[in-house]
Amino acid sequence: MHYVAVSLAMLLIGTAGLLTRRNIVIILMSIELILNAVNINLVAFSKHHGNAAGQVFAIFVIAVAVAEAAVGLGILLALFRNRETVQVDEVDLLKW
Amino acid sequence: MTLEAFFFYAFTTLALGGATLAITRRSAVHAAISLMVSLLGVAGLYLLLNAEFLFVSQIILYIGGILLLFLFVIMLVNLDAGRGLRQFHQRWPLGAAVTAIAGVAFAILWSRAKLPPSQTMPDVGNVELVADTLLQDYLVPFEVVSLLLLVAVVGSVLLARKRA
Repeated sequence: MHYVAVSLAMLLIGTAGLLTRRNIVIILMSIELILNAVNINLVAFSKHHGNAAGQVFAIFVIAVAVAEAAVGLGILLALFRNRETVQVDEVDLLKW
Repeated sequence: MTLEAFFFYAFTTLALGGATLAITRRSAVHAAISLMVSLLGVAGLYLLLNAEFLFVSQIILYIGGILLLFLFVIMLVNLDAGRGLRQFHQRWPLGAAVTAIAGVAFAILWSRAKLPPSQTMPDVGNVELVADTLLQDYLVPFEVVSLLLLVAVVGSVLLARKRA
């Protein structure tokens, strides 16, 4: 099952991007990478168990990812309109 | 090396190489193109795993849908102003440390895992199999997802519209 190793590597790349970058667009892309890593895992285990349930779950993950991207980018547009920035550490109004 | 192993390593290289480029590029457009390469690699992995339906959905939904949305937003938002700035925030070592710890933990867990013996898929087409499972065993989640998508559509329009 080399697929699990690929999935783990992709998850770690996504986590690294999510936790270190400043640009909010790249952060949203990292979330997509993490969800893709999960999907690889689901499909690999779906094949291993001879059962299509994993693929159905991957479809649900894709649907949630689409919804998340649409709402996330909507928030990004509203944020840019109000604050003129897409750097996450400049949005610190609620931080003490 | 068998043909399948060759394609596995080729698609893995695409997926992981594209992902690495996507999180390290300075320009958001370059990152989006790298993300497309990565998503194509993942689609190839689905094909190797006999998940043809997901292969097509990956290309149509992710590359045709989500990535296009990203590119539209990159064009709407002026990201060139951020090119000269620092790309990583000040506490990036903390993020990198958390990532490394998670990686070690998952690798240890995976090395200790005991898998049941593998089974073969029922001998019908992939699309039929996925459709049967989706519409018989998971019908209620399927309907809930359509509700979620409706809420997401209305919510994102509401969030992104101009205040009158």
